[in-house]
Amino acid sequence: MELLIGQTLSGLANGAIYACIALALVMIYKTIDHLNIAQGEMAMISTFFAWQLMEWGVPYWPAFFLTIFVAFCGGVAIDRVLFRPLAKAPVLTHLAGFVALFMILNSVAGLVWDFTIKPFPYPFGTSPFLGSSLISTHQAAMIGISMVLLFLLYLFFQFTRIGLAMRAAATLPESARLVGIRTGRMVSLGWGMASAIGAVAGMLIAPVVFLEPNMMAGILLYGFAAAVLGGLSSPAGAVAGGLLVGVFENLVGTFVPGVGHEIKLPLALALIIAVLALKPNGLFGRKITQRV
Amino acid sequence: MSAFLEAKDLDAFYGQVQALHGLSLSMERGTITTLLGANGAGKTTTLRAICNMIRTSGTISLNGQRISGRSTERIVEMGVAHVPQGRGTFTTLSVDENLRLGAMTRTDHRGIEDDIEKMFARFPILKKRRSQQAGTLSGGEQQMLAVARALMLRPQLMLLDEPSFGLAPLVVQELFEILGQVNRDDGVSILVVEQNAQLALKIATKAYVIASGRIAMSGAAEEIAQDDEVRKSYLGY
Ligand SMILES: Nc1ncnc2c1ncn2[C@@H]1O[C@H](COP(=O)(O)OP(=O)(O)OP(=O)(O)O)[C@@H](O)[C@H]1O
Ligand SMILES: [Mg+2]
Repeated sequence: MELLIGQTLSGLANGAIYACIALALVMIYKTIDHLNIAQGEMAMISTFFAWQLMEWGVPYWPAFFLTIFVAFCGGVAIDRVLFRPLAKAPVLTHLAGFVALFMILNSVAGLVWDFTIKPFPYPFGTSPFLGSSLISTHQAAMIGISMVLLFLLYLFFQFTRIGLAMRAAATLPESARLVGIRTGRMVSLGWGMASAIGAVAGMLIAPVVFLEPNMMAGILLYGFAAAVLGGLSSPAGAVAGGLLVGVFENLVGTFVPGVGHEIKLPLALALIIAVLALKPNGLFGRKITQRV
Repeated sequence: MSAFLEAKDLDAFYGQVQALHGLSLSMERGTITTLLGANGAGKTTTLRAICNMIRTSGTISLNGQRISGRSTERIVEMGVAHVPQGRGTFTTLSVDENLRLGAMTRTDHRGIEDDIEKMFARFPILKKRRSQQAGTLSGGEQQMLAVARALMLRPQLMLLDEPSFGLAPLVVQELFEILGQVNRDDGVSILVVEQNAQLALKIATKAYVIASGRIAMSGAAEEIAQDDEVRKSYLGY
């Protein structure tokens, strides 16, 4: 029983990270209808930036928040420089853009910081959380920080004018322009926020997977799985999908005999395929009720 | 004295296809003007050209200020509320959110809250449905919502593209009464595109008939309504 609870909680810790990545993917997907396969590399480079700041002697939290800010600006810049000019281009051109971004970020990180793995600090250490043997302080921090972030985003989208404008621009850009929303800015803002969310996820997971240019590869896959599971266009679905994937992965890895660390990922992906075969809109994707 | 809305020599293009050919029109402040014409004549394109939603050459001015060449968002900020063909409802958002979106360019929070209450008084059905997804409203309710959303801008000029489309005759009548009120009481100038020429000519003071991207005919609405020749060849009733 103890083991089950413990494994569920650590599954939630990883799941929280997948949820962040999935949410970032969904945000971009909703605004430009493309899956950002460079999302993981954006998070990775942000994490390197944070590491570099700390190497230069900046304490953890200032580095953490400064990185979020810089990641936001980086996301906006990626939109302005790379994807805005592609706005009307065909799907394959976009795909090429994403692949290029992926490769560039990956190689630049390798070039500047090389490919050897680096330890990344824990913000609160790894002692047992509140003396409990179920979960470590860092796992609790992963869950706590992600959930706070996701909750703030929920408040932002649900209760602020800019949040409303962003949702409107994502669903019907033409109508949004006709009420005076500068849709281009909303897209940039979406990129900035997605990049910042990724940065938080990267900094939280880096102590666990260690910092190196390919650190996000597996996590991005789990994030994709979570986003697809959640229905791709549903932010709440992405978060739920992330948590589910995290817990599923961990429980299967622990309790199903013969499932070692190596086979966890393919198993998680098999789950997705199974779900999609049964529910093509994802677990939480709903058909929009609509009359014409 | 120049007209309230003045468009001169508009050419408009969808890619290589030219949809407007040297179209000119003007309307006075506080009036209702209607644009009539067959399917594919260029009515929607004319409204899109006014809001710079399509590549256009020629000049357009509002209150003597040139608006051609400005971005759509900027033109909206200047008080032009455009309800596009198909209504442009944000169907996945709530009725309340749709109204708030209409006021997106305004910053007077009190005024916005007051106006929402005014819309609910004017369109009681919207109040009942305020937190419902707009896509679940009936066609008539959605059209009321579209007009209310446009009014939330406190526009000087409203552009309406076939507001009667798909509505039952009784609802159409109600809608046009409301448009009349909006024009009289709020002093909003209205440029309305209609297939239902008979009805549009009743509330409008001036009418333009478009054919193949050109003005085929213009004049006082009453005269156009009585001109059998025009009725037969362009309006089909
Ligand atoms: N997106 C487009 N791409 C290419 N051509 C278009 C496009 N939209 C309209 N057109 C063409 O432009 C011309 C004018 O179209 P427009 O939509 O303005 O007509 P309309 O008078 O509004 O017709 P309706 O009453 O059917 O709405 C038509 O010949 C149409 O085929
Ligand atoms: Mg039309």
